[in-house]
Amino acid sequence: MSSPAANSRFTGVDFYEADRLLSEEERAIRDTVRTWVDDNLMPIIGDCYVEGRFPKELIGGMGELGFFGANLPEAYGCAGLNNVAYGLIMQELERGDSGVRSFASVQGALVMYPIFAFGAEEQKQYWLPRLASGEEIGCFGLTEPDFGSNPAGLVTTARKGDGGWVLNGTKMWITNGSQATVAIVWAKVGEVDDPASIRGFIVPTNTPGFTAKDQKGKLSLRASDTSELHLQDVHLPVDALLPESSGIKSPLMCLTQARYGIAWGAIGAAMACYDEALRYAVNRVMFDRPIGQTQIQQVRLADMLTEITKAQLLTLQLGRLKDDHLLTPQQVSLAKRNNVNMATECAREARRLLGANGILAEYHSMRHMANLESVYTYEGTHDMHSLILGEKITGLSAF
Amino acid sequence: MKIAVCLKRVPDTTAKVVIADDGVSIDPTGVKFVPNPYDEYAIEEAIARKTAAGEGETVVVSLGTDAAQETIRSALAMGIDRGVLLQIAEHPDPAAAAALLADELATGGYDLILMGKMAVDDSQHQVGPQVAERLGMACITAVAHLKIDGGTVTAEREIEGAVEVVRCGLPAVITCDKGLNTPRLPALKGIMAAKKKPLDIKPVTAGESAFEVLSLTLPPDRPPGRIVGEGPDAVPELVRLLRTEAKAI
Repeated sequence: MSSPAANSRFTGVDFYEADRLLSEEERAIRDTVRTWVDDNLMPIIGDCYVEGRFPKELIGGMGELGFFGANLPEAYGCAGLNNVAYGLIMQELERGDSGVRSFASVQGALVMYPIFAFGAEEQKQYWLPRLASGEEIGCFGLTEPDFGSNPAGLVTTARKGDGGWVLNGTKMWITNGSQATVAIVWAKVGEVDDPASIRGFIVPTNTPGFTAKDQKGKLSLRASDTSELHLQDVHLPVDALLPESSGIKSPLMCLTQARYGIAWGAIGAAMACYDEALRYAVNRVMFDRPIGQTQIQQVRLADMLTEITKAQLLTLQLGRLKDDHLLTPQQVSLAKRNNVNMATECAREARRLLGANGILAEYHSMRHMANLESVYTYEGTHDMHSLILGEKITGLSAF
Repeated sequence: MKIAVCLKRVPDTTAKVVIADDGVSIDPTGVKFVPNPYDEYAIEEAIARKTAAGEGETVVVSLGTDAAQETIRSALAMGIDRGVLLQIAEHPDPAAAAALLADELATGGYDLILMGKMAVDDSQHQVGPQVAERLGMACITAVAHLKIDGGTVTAEREIEGAVEVVRCGLPAVITCDKGLNTPRLPALKGIMAAKKKPLDIKPVTAGESAFEVLSLTLPPDRPPGRIVGEGPDAVPELVRLLRTEAKAI
């Protein structure tokens, strides 16, 4: 393995030549996103994070290059990529920042995907090209103040009235909530104890009765908007309903899509931390030698490289399974759980290797470390994925 | 307007170069190859001119090994219409390369032929002018600003301490310098569309070389830095060394 180049461009981490397992297009797509992140996101992300600001100015460029909903068909203005290429986009975006990857995940997997999977043809024709270009920004309202790991218990309601639907409820921890122009809101059309009555609705956020406010005081994902949504007598036309959505299974299908992207994204964050730690270790001199020449830092770097390499091979196979329509939600759980935990550990060790410099926003590892605590917790906590796997293994549900 | 772009596959400028056992070439093992960065200005210029005109054709021609197909497709992904690979086992010297490229370009009826002012691997700066000579076309090298009005080309070249403005007629060969434009990133749809665009592969054989590379050596390692002191007290010594040793002031 060559030592890090003198310049600051990110050249990836590929100890097992996993690049050989990618097609030419997959590599070209990965390289486009990588270059875009180096040129557009890296120069500003530290400041965005400190200021607690999502870099809105990048949305148009991401849309133009085709980063949103890239695995959906070209007929709807999307890039029509396979799932490995889609995963590589998430990996490279999260190499920059988990918040920016979260934006793209929500837009693609949680807003465009449900419209694609559960929407009527007119809904797809109208919304998907606008969301792909970034002209419209979406958010996904499932989680509620009292229903996180247990979304089936949600109490937001949709009632028939006025020749359409009337929605009432509160959603929490909603990425992109305050800047979204459209929300996918999950509500019960039947009794609140009946998860089979959960349906999805397309809610333009300028509909009277819809309000969103940012959740303040976040110490993680600071370059991402996280909001609370209030729906008070929100009147919607009859065609706001996603006609093919049906029960709790529908939003969970969306989450499987998003978690798949997160499994890839976490590798990007881990690679960023490893890359930063390696560059620092070979340049930082202490006791008259680079700290990279000490056993303790070599163990850190060896552990990081080992875990990143394992995650790369695991996740690539997950992607191939998805492209072959063989993927199970439990396989996604395993990858999300493993990779995010792995990335969180890498970020923590990289920050420690960086010594005092590691607490500065000028370096990236502590930002990734703080971000990954959210990623560890959202889209199914690490613990919930343990239980999902436990249920799959034993046939006995512990939740 | 019909525009050709000559494109060379070169090692990434960030790659750590290792000299091969033959002593006259670099070892490609583990090296990432990219489109020659100066040729990317030519690609961008061709695409932008065709887009602005709303008509015409852009063709990328690359002399190289089979692996250069990937490099050609990266140009197609950016928006070039079709590609031609002049397939050869190894890169010949600039004179032989120019002869092969000129043979291909002569039959294409091109109004404008664009390429980088040099390839970053061998820094010869020769192929553009030699192609122009062989085709009997005007050649303006190292162009940083380009205007085309009907059949007239007006180009600006950044020369030492000044800008030179040059005019010639079409058809012409223009070699591109930094500053001409900002090459676009290929959009993801462009990458997917590239594999469906035509790519002709034409095996070629190089003629006689005009010269022979005798040896290739890496520059010596930079000597380590020297700390002459710390804080304001170090300034007089630093100034003295800059004056007497480095002769920088």
